[in-house]
Amino acid sequence: MNLEAKQQIWKEYQKEIADDRYYYARSCIRQTFFPGSEWAYLDILGNRLGKTVFDDPRHTTCTGIGYHSDVVPVETIMTVVARHFALMTEAGFENITPSCITSFGIYTEILHTWQEHPEIEEQTHEYLWKATRREFKKPKNLAHTSDVIYKFRHEIAAQKKHALVDVHTGRPLRVVDHIGCHYAKMFPSKGIGGAEFPAVLSGMVTAWGGEPVDYPERRHCCGFGFRNYLVLANRGYSIANSKKKFESMQPYEPDFIITNCPGCAMFLDKWQYTISEMEGTTYGKDGYGIPVLTYEEAAALVLGYDPWEIGLQMHQVSVEPLLEKMGIAYDPDAKYRNARGEDMGRPACPNYLKV
Amino acid sequence: MNPMNVIIIGAGTAGCEAAYRLAKAGFTVELVEKECTPGGNLNNWFQLFPDRKQASALRQLLQQQVEHPSIRLHTDTVPVKIERQDARHYAMELDNGARLEGNALLVTTGFRTFDASRKEEYGYGIYENVITSVELENYFANRQILTSTGKRPERIGLIQCVGSRDEKMCNFHCSKVCCITAVKQAMELRELLPDAEILCFYMDMRMFGPGYEEMYREAQEKYNIKFVRGRLSEASENQAKQVVVKCEDTLVGKPMRMTLDLMVLMVGMEASDGSRWVAKELQLPLAPNGFIQPGDPHYATNRTAVEGVFVAGCATSPMNLTDTLTDARSAALAIGEFLNGNEHYN
Amino acid sequence: MNNIWGFTISSARVIDYDKNDRSFAQYMTDTVPSSQLCIGCGGCTATCTAGALTDFNIRKLQMLVKRGENREAGEQMHKCMLCGKCLLVCPRGVDTRRMIFAMLKYIDNQKL
Repeated sequence: MNLEAKQQIWKEYQKEIADDRYYYARSCIRQTFFPGSEWAYLDILGNRLGKTVFDDPRHTTCTGIGYHSDVVPVETIMTVVARHFALMTEAGFENITPSCITSFGIYTEILHTWQEHPEIEEQTHEYLWKATRREFKKPKNLAHTSDVIYKFRHEIAAQKKHALVDVHTGRPLRVVDHIGCHYAKMFPSKGIGGAEFPAVLSGMVTAWGGEPVDYPERRHCCGFGFRNYLVLANRGYSIANSKKKFESMQPYEPDFIITNCPGCAMFLDKWQYTISEMEGTTYGKDGYGIPVLTYEEAAALVLGYDPWEIGLQMHQVSVEPLLEKMGIAYDPDAKYRNARGEDMGRPACPNYLKV
Repeated sequence: MNPMNVIIIGAGTAGCEAAYRLAKAGFTVELVEKECTPGGNLNNWFQLFPDRKQASALRQLLQQQVEHPSIRLHTDTVPVKIERQDARHYAMELDNGARLEGNALLVTTGFRTFDASRKEEYGYGIYENVITSVELENYFANRQILTSTGKRPERIGLIQCVGSRDEKMCNFHCSKVCCITAVKQAMELRELLPDAEILCFYMDMRMFGPGYEEMYREAQEKYNIKFVRGRLSEASENQAKQVVVKCEDTLVGKPMRMTLDLMVLMVGMEASDGSRWVAKELQLPLAPNGFIQPGDPHYATNRTAVEGVFVAGCATSPMNLTDTLTDARSAALAIGEFLNGNEHYN
Repeated sequence: MNNIWGFTISSARVIDYDKNDRSFAQYMTDTVPSSQLCIGCGGCTATCTAGALTDFNIRKLQMLVKRGENREAGEQMHKCMLCGKCLLVCPRGVDTRRMIFAMLKYIDNQKL
């Protein structure tokens, strides 16, 4: 694989990312499945990089899950998004940074639609006014939060406590990047590195000392697909997509998977358990799974955050083998204690997947 | 009286052939070529379809022809300025400082092959065992086909329509010759690799020339070349540096994946940089596909919208060599009529 | 193994050309060389007696064999009524009737 040719492609897909003053748009599901990710992002941006991020309690779902499941009409989602923009405008911000890939895709798609059809934007102004008596301005800059971390990857590297390196051997960790479909597949020019060879996550991995792994099914969807996963009868082919990816990446013996999409992080993590229970197959070493980290979790580990403080105990696939490789000290007893030090209880052990 | 002079830009197949015909008809010719030898894209080819003639044979013939005493060949130079004083008077400045004058202008700036790296999903330039049809010709010239790991390839895929019929690449047009080139190259591969599995991935087999359909049939029957109807959606590289491809076998109606040891991209034709430059300099209208628009698709194929400026060969559209040569002779005839004042068509 | 989810992992529909057994395809090429000449025009299927009444598709059938999708091909083959109309239509002179006989023989031998 020739890296120089990839770099040539990356040069053509660069995008403008605001330098400071971000309006933060949270994801619906991340706080449940990866509760430390968004907290870590805000802490890194605010306390490590000295940036202003406004985390607005009035901000709601973008209704993307409903939109992609055919229960929310496009006029409705546009009005909800217009409200987000209105909240941003009222708060005195111009740069919107969604934490969710689907929201990012939705915002991109809607802004593009309004650009091509100003009459639809006009109509949305009217709907929003009727519904909420609010006015909005379109954001000056739209970037996914992984774009923001990418922008500051070298600043993060400069403060690093742990590199993405196996401290016992000095070998760079092999990292599989998985990009949410709606990050760049709909609008390749809006993604760093484009859609075929995205650089947003692999760029972080490289900056923090790891080695990105390109494997045959790298571009493939994790299989979430909203309406597919939400209907029980369709879950069989939803999981089959993740399985296809695991089978394709396994020979490269990745040390972990890094993702920038709420759904992908959840599915790539949880499906490893489901597949192991259904078929007895595991994809990591010695019966373990392949750990799955969000980019904020990876950044936080690099910056020396405590693994349990950033919520890694909520992962299905154990991260301990990875922590040991990276030489990160952790307290095994603290894993299932909450912030007050109380025991939260322990999940039942899977039959096949080692934890 | 001095004979009238024609300036020809581009000494590829069309330029050389037209120069020779004009010289034989009593005109003098200034033939300008950016490379150090004439021949154009023909210089990159090993064998020609449909008769598998050595490309060098045709190249030598063209090179001999332009040695005609009435032809002045200017190589290793490009025009930097063209002045059209009126329909019958042209002055051209070259980047080597020379100044040429002529009574008519013929544009034979040819084509450029599609830059395969633009088709990102095929990984050209990134994956080691992805090459273009032009590079394969070079392999043939060296009579050796090896993968990047030095292995004899056991399965080779030839991918048609790379950069052609592709709106995403801004190329709506069909490049015409890639189908038959794939058939020819598949047969050449078979001769060098009797045991390899050779597959062509196509959308349509456009066998438009004499002997082409027969060649396609021969490739199926005698050369055991397999044809898969389906456009490649993406390629990736595995640990053994093989290329894993995905397509739909549209005749089965199912997606298909397979591993190739070597993948050859049949790169299409685009208007050359020279054509684009000349068109801009002389305000010649371009067809939607970016090639120079001829005056009329039937009667004035060698005329342009600018009187006295003529065009031939792949500067106007993708063509095979047969048609390029014919078109060049036709252009010579049209220029002769124009300069002698006995034009039949406007 | 236990399954408490109410669904199972779907198997891939993709033709896995690397893994498929293509000895059937080789047998067809060897015994009926003209089968290589198919250009997928569908004339055979358009005129097919069995295809008019069932989902039998002789064009697709021979292509399935060529791609190593033997099980699916095996399920279809017996629907052919051997009338020979396809033979009349084929512009490439593929001996379709012989092709079917060869396929049936292979299937019987292999118990596909």
